[in-house]
Amino acid sequence: MIELRHIRKSFRVAKRNAGFSEAVKALFRREYETVDALRDVSFTIRDGEMVGYIGPNGAGKSSTIKVMSGVLTPDGGECVINGRVPWKDRVAHVREIGVVFGQRSQLWWDVPVIDSFELIRDIYKVDGASYRRTLSHLTELLDLGEIVKTPARQLSLGQRMRCEIAASLLHNPKILFLDEPTIGLDAVSKLAVRDFIRALNRENGTTVILTTHDMQDVEALTERILLIGRGQILLDGSLDELKARSSPRRTLTVAYEGGTLPPLPGVTIAEDKPGRAVLTLDAAVCPVSEAIARISSKVNVKDFSAAGESVDELVASLYREFSI
Amino acid sequence: MKLYWKLVLMQLKSQMQYKASFFMTAAGQFIVSFTAFLSVLFLFSRFHEVQGFSYSEVLICYSVILTAFSLTECFVRGFDVFPRLIRGGDLDRILVRPRSEVFQVLTSHIEFSRLGRLLQALAVLAYAIPTSGVVWSAERVAAVFLMLAGGVAVFSALFMLYAGLSFFTIEGLEFMNIFTDGSREFGMYPLSVYGEGVLKFYTYCIPIALFQYYPFLYLVGRSDDVRLIFLPLLGFLFLLPCYAFFRFGLRRYKSTGS
Repeated sequence: MIELRHIRKSFRVAKRNAGFSEAVKALFRREYETVDALRDVSFTIRDGEMVGYIGPNGAGKSSTIKVMSGVLTPDGGECVINGRVPWKDRVAHVREIGVVFGQRSQLWWDVPVIDSFELIRDIYKVDGASYRRTLSHLTELLDLGEIVKTPARQLSLGQRMRCEIAASLLHNPKILFLDEPTIGLDAVSKLAVRDFIRALNRENGTTVILTTHDMQDVEALTERILLIGRGQILLDGSLDELKARSSPRRTLTVAYEGGTLPPLPGVTIAEDKPGRAVLTLDAAVCPVSEAIARISSKVNVKDFSAAGESVDELVASLYREFSI
Repeated sequence: MKLYWKLVLMQLKSQMQYKASFFMTAAGQFIVSFTAFLSVLFLFSRFHEVQGFSYSEVLICYSVILTAFSLTECFVRGFDVFPRLIRGGDLDRILVRPRSEVFQVLTSHIEFSRLGRLLQALAVLAYAIPTSGVVWSAERVAAVFLMLAGGVAVFSALFMLYAGLSFFTIEGLEFMNIFTDGSREFGMYPLSVYGEGVLKFYTYCIPIALFQYYPFLYLVGRSDDVRLIFLPLLGFLFLLPCYAFFRFGLRRYKSTGS
């Protein structure tokens, strides 16, 4: 159980304009600006939930993760995770969580990955039997067989990320924080990582909190979405609820022969080349099925496809809506 | 403790991956501190004694402080390169692991190439001990060990203070070198040679004199007060405010972007 109430955190950042003279000036008199990374963040996450935490760059995603994982001490507010306050009871707290910072490694760079795993086992005081069990399970699921014998610096990004995820799960944490776990991965690795996270959540009941810019991650993994912007939670709901908020606009692509397209209410023709047209329609005025029926009564439709707003567009429009 | 050695071993393994770099740095360290040794040598080839301290007596002073400093630089290096841990985000990693911060910072960097400097310091000590004319007794041997221990404590505390400061500012930390490297350079001679003011500063502000000057007086027979050899232990007290300050900084840790 994760509970955050009115968490605040601000940073003081030095500010100066570009240019040499400004740099010299800044040597003597520095101007500071206070940035409110988190203004007022409250939410509750139950055990076993899988939550996508999304928001534009600089919205406060990483700061929230860092507060929850005991790295940052907030300026105000309450945060209780499994009955503990992360920054007050850090050592006991972090024993029960796993954290993957997508852009940073937790493996020792120059030694084979398996050596890092063994050190992590000792750091977390995992007993031998349960370590071997977890490791063989992870090796199988993440397909680590050969790559654990390679030094971390020689791994590809996808291989390394799989090792990172394994490393943060060796102590069987109850909660897993993933900060951009699929950043920079190729399609195959992305799918492998997603499958694994889903299996982990289903089989072990691990609570997963995932920050990402990849909307396919969100679509594939999470039932619940938290949207943060300018340090506040703007939206808390399921992906479907989010979609319901989106506009009912659909894009219809039609390949046809003979005749011309009939004018229809609620439909605008965005592009009309001979034989192929792109239409945008307002499904509230003219449902897709009706549009297709009426078009095919006038022309010979060879092929068509209809698309709703992609999650990317959806989120972009949400960002616009909240002007973040 | 077992974990400590495992982590030390891991550091050694990693550093041995770059053999050439390792040995060149170690050799470089040896040569750099050798020049300091030469400066003492040249000085004494003209003056023979400083404030009544003979050449080999000064060498004891010099080697004790250099040994303490290089031991600290080798094993407490994590605090010395702490700004790097902050900038690189390694501190975040440290904070999400269930071990004390100090333990993890200590094991994050162990600078084996500093053994070059240590080797030289020990060589000078080995030379100075028989030639200094000190009449060795159990108390005097204990004095040397206590001086070394106190020295490591005070230098470690200074590194920790430096690490604590780096939570607030990354720039402008160079002035701290006055206290760390500066103390090492000053400490090559018995601190009284610089005058009353410097001695007081290094007794009450940065307690270098506690492990360098006062027990040294007993060591070379300038004082008969055997209690002086326990003064280095007071140096350990200096760790407390420095650790407290480090904790204070940690609470205000900002981390770096994403």
